[in-house]
Parts: sequence; C-alpha cells; structure tokens
Amino acid sequence: MNTPNVAMPGASLSSQASVPRTISYAQSFYWSVRRELWENRLVYAAPLAAAAIFLGSFVISTINLRYRMHGVWPVDTGSQHQAFTLPFELSAALIMGIALVVGIFYSLDTLYGERRDRSILFWKSMPVSDLTTVLSKLAIPLVIIPVLSFAIALVTQFIMLLLASTVLLGSGANIAALWTQQSFLRFSLELFYHMLTVHGLWYAPLYAWLLLVSVTAPRAPFVWAVLPPFMVWAVEGMAFRTSHFFNLMKVRLTGPPDPEMTMTGKADFMSMLIPHHFFDQPGLWIGLAVAAVFVAATIQIRRYRGPI
Amino acid sequence: MACIEARGLRKSFGTTVALDGVNFSVAEGRILGMIGPNGAGKTTALNAILGLTPYQGELRVLGRNPWTERDQLMRDVCFISDVAILPRWIKVSQALDYVAGVHPHFDRAKAESFLARTTIGRDRKVKHLSKGMVAQLHLALVMAIDAKLLVLDEPTLGLDLLYRKQFYDSLLNDYFDRNRTIVVTTHQVDELQNVLTDVMFMDRGRIVLDCSMEEIESRYVELTVQPAQLAAARALKPIHERNVLGRSIMLFDRADRPQLSALGEMRTPGIADLFVAVVGDHAGEAKGAKV
Repeated sequence: MNTPNVAMPGASLSSQASVPRTISYAQSFYWSVRRELWENRLVYAAPLAAAAIFLGSFVISTINLRYRMHGVWPVDTGSQHQAFTLPFELSAALIMGIALVVGIFYSLDTLYGERRDRSILFWKSMPVSDLTTVLSKLAIPLVIIPVLSFAIALVTQFIMLLLASTVLLGSGANIAALWTQQSFLRFSLELFYHMLTVHGLWYAPLYAWLLLVSVTAPRAPFVWAVLPPFMVWAVEGMAFRTSHFFNLMKVRLTGPPDPEMTMTGKADFMSMLIPHHFFDQPGLWIGLAVAAVFVAATIQIRRYRGPI
Repeated sequence: MACIEARGLRKSFGTTVALDGVNFSVAEGRILGMIGPNGAGKTTALNAILGLTPYQGELRVLGRNPWTERDQLMRDVCFISDVAILPRWIKVSQALDYVAGVHPHFDRAKAESFLARTTIGRDRKVKHLSKGMVAQLHLALVMAIDAKLLVLDEPTLGLDLLYRKQFYDSLLNDYFDRNRTIVVTTHQVDELQNVLTDVMFMDRGRIVLDCSMEEIESRYVELTVQPAQLAAARALKPIHERNVLGRSIMLFDRADRPQLSALGEMRTPGIADLFVAVVGDHAGEAKGAKV
C-alpha cells in the first residue's frame, strides 16, 4: 500500500485467477473450531494451569509423607486411601471442575462478545453459515473442553504416579502396590465415562441455554442467564409452594442420579460402564431435546437479528 | 446481467421506515457511491444486499436471494464495513489462515504480497495495529478474494488523509477491473469523485437521484456568477444558490450552456455540492446530517 502504483510481484490481480477450491463442510467447521481456540486460550490454559499447580502441591505432600511414615507402608486401607487414592481423585475433580467453569464462561460470552466488538460483521462476511458457526461454538464446551481436560487429567495422574514412585523409591514403600492399587487404567476409564456422559450429554442443555442467552442478551449476559431460572423458582415457590423446578435444576447441575450409588452406597464401576443405566433415564433425553430447541433458536436468532 | 437488482425494497424498524420501497439496479463493472445523511437508509440497503437483514420486496444479488443464501453468496461478495470490525484478538497470521481455511476464492499468495508492501508483522495482533494498518490488513484480505461484488460501508472512517488516498488508490489500481462491481458508502464524498462511475443519493429511505457520472457531467452545471449578471442568472432558475467569498455560485439542472457561459464561469459541480443542492434544501428534517 505504500507504493500503490507498483504492480504486485508475481501476482496479477485480474479476475481470471486460479480455479476456486471447494471448501467442504468439515473444513469450514474445522477452521471455525480452530478460531475459537485462538480466541479462547483459557479453554486449554486453565486446566493446564490447574494441573501444574496440583502437581506442585502433590510433590510437596508426597515428600512430607515420606518423612512422616518413616519407611513404613501404611497397611490399613483407610490411610492408603488418604495418602494415595484421594490425591488422584482430587486432581481429576479439580481439572473437571475447572473445565466446567471455563465451559460456562465461554458459552456465556462467545456470541455476546462478537456482537459487542462488532467482529460478527467480519465473521458474517465469510462464506460460513450460522449453523456451522453455532455448532462449532457448541462443540467447544461439549466436546473440546471435556476431551482436552480428560487428556490433561490423564497425563497429570500419570505424572503423579511417576513422581510418587520417585519420591518413595528407597523408602521401603511398596511401589508396585502404588501402581496396582491405583489401577490407573480403571480410573481413567471411569473418568472417560464421566466426561462422556456428564460433560458431553448431561450438561448439553446447560451450555445450550448459555449460548441462547449469549446470542440474545442486550448486555450483562450473566444476569440474563441466572435471572429467568431464579424467577421461575421464586414464582413456583410463592404460587404453588413447591420446588420442582429447583430440584430439576439441582439434578441437572449435580449430575445424573446414579441408581447403583443410591442402592449400595458405592458405585459398582463396571455396571456404570454399561450405558444401560445412564441411557435409560428420561432426564437425559428430555435434556437433549431441550438442548436441541435452544440450539435451533440460537442459530435462528444469530441469523435474523440485525448485524449489531 | 445486473449485479444487484432491487424492486420495491422495503424495511422498517417499528414505525421508522428505513427503506421505503426503493427500486434500483447496479450493472456489472460499475462503482456505485451511495450518498446520504445518517439515517438515509444506506446501511440498511447494504445489509439487505449482504443478507444480514430480512426485508420486504424483491432483491437479487448475483442472481441469488441474499437472505436465504447468504453463505453461498459470500463466496462471491466481499464486504468491509468499517475498520473496527476485524476481531481485536486475532493475529495477522491467524487471519490469513482462517480466511484461507474457509474461503474458496481466497488467494493467500496475493494477500501475502500485498502485506509485504506494508509494515504489518505477521505476529502482530489486530489490537496492537494502528487504525490505518487494520484497514490495510482488511483490504489485503479482501483484495486477495476473487469476488464479483465488493461492498464498502464507510471503509475509511477515522483514517487520516494519507491512508484514505492509499486505500482508494490500491482499490482502483490493484483490484478493480471491468468484471467486478463495487458499492461504496462514505461521507468523504469529494475523495470519491474520480473513483465512482455512478452515484445514488438517498434521503429518508428514498432514492433522490440515481445516475451515472457522465450523466451528471452533461446534466448539471455550476456557475460562478459575475456580480453584474446576478439577476439574469437567477432568471434561469438555478436549483441551488450559495455564496462563497462574496461570489454567488449557482447550480443548474439541464440548463442552456451557451446562455450560461455569458453569465460567468462554468464547471462540473462537486458531488457534495450537488448533494446539498438536490437533497440538502428540501431535506430540512435531516438536520445536522453530515454529507
């Protein structure tokens, strides 16, 4: 642009340019997801940071443990659980919890932010449909964040095992037991199941609702996301003195009820792996139907609404 | 084939009528300037053309219905609204990657060679670029797209004189050819005088004037009247009269040129002056409107 009269080297800008490529649906979806990750680096930075902080404190606690136990391997299962199983569960819980928070804030902001900074005009100047855009944004909390968090949690736990083995090496502790009792594979299968069912399917209506708020809210999307459910809860409480809606929300947020858990007090993990229980719940399918309605509405509103 | 064909195009927001059933047609290879005060309906018309807003009436852009076929249409239509709309977080390299990823008619090498003539670094983020650089980047992206229609809505808003001149120079020298069509709205009308092939004046949702630059040259005359001839000139019914440095300047529509030449100096009017003459006076309601 500094010397506009100079012809461009090696590029004649006439319109008989190269044969147009075809862009497949998958390709434009892929680039739409990638651009979400460029914009929202918290999606992977937050669980990574959580993992790093957790690993740091785990090293300290393991070293402490070595001094405290004086080379005696804890025999009772209670203290074994305290010393080893708990940190593993905690690390997974922390990373998945962070993932949930990141997913919520991402969904709430993404369609509001593009209107706020008017970049929606740039995105709409590209040959990408509103359907592709909204689905790529939905894929972030439903697929990308759970998969990334699962991978990060898995690697974190593997590093924890290695660290614990190294620290406890030569302390007389039974390191082999560490690896077998921990049942790394079992735990990761459990985690994968949790990720798939809870984050991928059970929370779908939650994220879809947040996207719908994000595309409609004139400002302060957080208030718009929280206020309507609160109003329903208050009105129901005052008018009917019931709290069905509140219970519904509670079940939705705390995760699907686990029949095994309630019957025996302890989940039989292998039965959880059979999708039977989870997929039998009407709550799941109602939730998914609600999510589909929210997503369809979000697509229509992004399309119909004036550009700003 | 007409690039844009509108019949009875209408759009209202509540009780405010933004477009009042306008008809127009833009032929391929033209550079049309849409000129009007704020709220005249220019941006609404552009949004309808770009498939960003639903409308009433008939509208075909490159033979397509822009509202139902926006994503297909955007393969052949490019669009710069104003310099603020590139996302602030995006890196220059990411912008290139993204457009290359989703746009079938994007030639990355062209965009790269255009950027190579600027001082914009590939690792810079849009929010760290100056306003002029953002415009350069957006223009580089758009000029590398082999589009049939380019829509510019206030593309040079907030840019300094130098960048504005470069913007239009690049557009004309490196981009425009007879197969492409450009529609532009701007308030800096006089800078566009030599760029446009057609002008359309809009006011309160209606088209007040729609003609080619040749037509303007043959139809309108601006006369700097000699003081002694003032009464004679007024007798020829100028459509507008103003005073500049004590001299009276009159604008005539379809006047007898030999007759006028005896009364003072003749020249082709500037678009801004013509706009004031045609729209300004009887658009008293559009107070404070910038032209």
